[in-house]
Amino acid sequence: MKYKGRFGDYGGFYVPEVLIPVLEELEREFYRFYKDDGFVAELAELSKNYAGRPTPLYYAKRFSEYVGFKVYIKREDLLHGGAHKVNNTLGQGLLAKYMGKTKLIAETGAGQHGLATAMIGALFGMETKIFMGVTDIERQSVNVHKMKLCGAEVIAVEGGTGTLKDAINDALRYWTAHVSDTFYLFGSACGPHPYPTIVKHFQTCIGTEARSQCLDQIGRLPDVVVACVGGGSNAIGIFSGFMDDEKVKLVGVEAGGKSVASGKHAATLVVGKVGILHGAKAYLLQDKEGQVYETESVSAGLDYAAVGPEHCMLKDSGRAKYVAAEDAEVLDAFALLTKKEGIIPALESSHALAYVISQSGKLPSDTVVVVNLSGRGDKDVSIVEKCRPLK
Amino acid sequence: MKTYKQVFSELKRAALIPFFVIGDPAFDTSFEVVKAAIDAGADILELGIPFSDPIADGPTIQKADIRSLCNGMTVKKALEFIKKVKDYKDIPIGLLMYYNLIYQYGTEKFFNDFHQAGVNSVLIADLSVDDANEIDGFAKSAGLDTVFMVTPNTSEERMKLIASKTTGFIYTVSLLGVTGSRKQLSGHIGELIGRLKGLTDVPICVGFGISTAQHAATIASAGADGVIIGSKIVGFIEANIENKEKMLADVSAFVGEVKTALDNNA
Repeated sequence: MKYKGRFGDYGGFYVPEVLIPVLEELEREFYRFYKDDGFVAELAELSKNYAGRPTPLYYAKRFSEYVGFKVYIKREDLLHGGAHKVNNTLGQGLLAKYMGKTKLIAETGAGQHGLATAMIGALFGMETKIFMGVTDIERQSVNVHKMKLCGAEVIAVEGGTGTLKDAINDALRYWTAHVSDTFYLFGSACGPHPYPTIVKHFQTCIGTEARSQCLDQIGRLPDVVVACVGGGSNAIGIFSGFMDDEKVKLVGVEAGGKSVASGKHAATLVVGKVGILHGAKAYLLQDKEGQVYETESVSAGLDYAAVGPEHCMLKDSGRAKYVAAEDAEVLDAFALLTKKEGIIPALESSHALAYVISQSGKLPSDTVVVVNLSGRGDKDVSIVEKCRPLK
Repeated sequence: MKTYKQVFSELKRAALIPFFVIGDPAFDTSFEVVKAAIDAGADILELGIPFSDPIADGPTIQKADIRSLCNGMTVKKALEFIKKVKDYKDIPIGLLMYYNLIYQYGTEKFFNDFHQAGVNSVLIADLSVDDANEIDGFAKSAGLDTVFMVTPNTSEERMKLIASKTTGFIYTVSLLGVTGSRKQLSGHIGELIGRLKGLTDVPICVGFGISTAQHAATIASAGADGVIIGSKIVGFIEANIENKEKMLADVSAFVGEVKTALDNNA
């Protein structure tokens, strides 16, 4: 490996020997193509005409009136597939094509990354397998159906609690046996090097756009940027645009589940301890001996016991602050944005909104907050209906 | 304490190395199973401490991990288990496990405590030779041998690096993939052993997918210094979970069969 893939002491590539040569190949090919004129032009064209970039920065007037300060929403929910995930799957999918790989595999929690990978498998005519936990298959059946319509095979993962962690385990196992022709399209800014770097690279468009939109539309930088954090790809994407603007506060919101005190949550950065899982050193939810916890959250996409290494570094340095939003607050936020703005947010993104709502009355009225609306909530309507039946 | 070197130099044939998950299905039965394997002719033991997320393992070992964890296995109890095994017989023991359990225990303390209990080496499935500096100082001062993996896609340059960091044996993975029994051996394993033998004098033990006495004999004929058999043997525990007598008899019979094949191959 040419680089260590470290963010402070976090990250690295803690994987079985069999995966080292493939990660080396991936690192080499990424650095070969990511600034290549042809690659950049093709990705730009697809991002615009296939995925729908740039996405708008929308001033949510009625929502702002409710919370008492100015809230701008970065509309990643409007992208093709309904989430920011397509930024990464287009980038990595194109990289796979340039590398001459013919097969894609991916893990998925909420199904958004699985769907975004299945779309790209169809786009490039690649055979696609999506690993998904049985619990997630059940709670995200619409996305499962969409993946199948795109021609992907959805592999049900039985291990553990049948969620994202188990899906990653099985995708890694499958990859070790099929390294020669298969590209593992990793979905978040975590896992072994070079994935955190690659995923961040393809998600920085969110932050770059949002920053220049702030300057164009508001005439200044925001005071706070808020995003939800599971593995952390949408958050690192939008944070990256403001990293050097020291006055812009960065807030990542994790899944508080039932409550952090109950132990039924996925608030990795808030209460986790440093360990090694899925190829990286990072904060983890684990017991005293190092067995990794089963997590719990109303949103499948944040239901993960580890987190991206760069977020771990940002937490330690204090550059970003990480908090947790509990399921009940998240459902309130989901309902509120829908009612005030006619925008149905994904339950994942509703965590970021819940934090914004919690700041009501605490921030001056001229405060500008940018929230990354990482995905739309159509996929979650049946879950919300179950938790909060309409009268 | 018996060393790998002693075993490899005393034996006139390839060493027989069964793998078990400590505490599978539960502490006491697991100990009886390991005793049965020792009595049937195991030369070295490869033991795993169960982990919640064993990414290098196929379904058989995953299930063994779950059985063991569900029955209360912990790192502390694994230490006791090893002491009990060493009290029964002075046989070299290699641990094969995942990094997070060691990291949480504290690497230096883990190596010291487990070496004192009778462990000869610790192979960390998710720590490659690139990060050997995180462990090798502690391994050396604890008195442990180092063991690293080589796989069929490892480059020659990397094989040399791995050999230079290895004091125990090279754990050679026979195929691209995770642990699990297979009907057939990989066709390239003879060539892989040959290439390694041309590069280093460090003993070469081969594992992953070795499922019959015939497989073991073939690997030995190709020049391996040891044959590691995991999933096939652990499968006898899974298959006889309600019948301990048959579980012990099947493990014993299979290990005996492999030993005979290796003896005849000497």
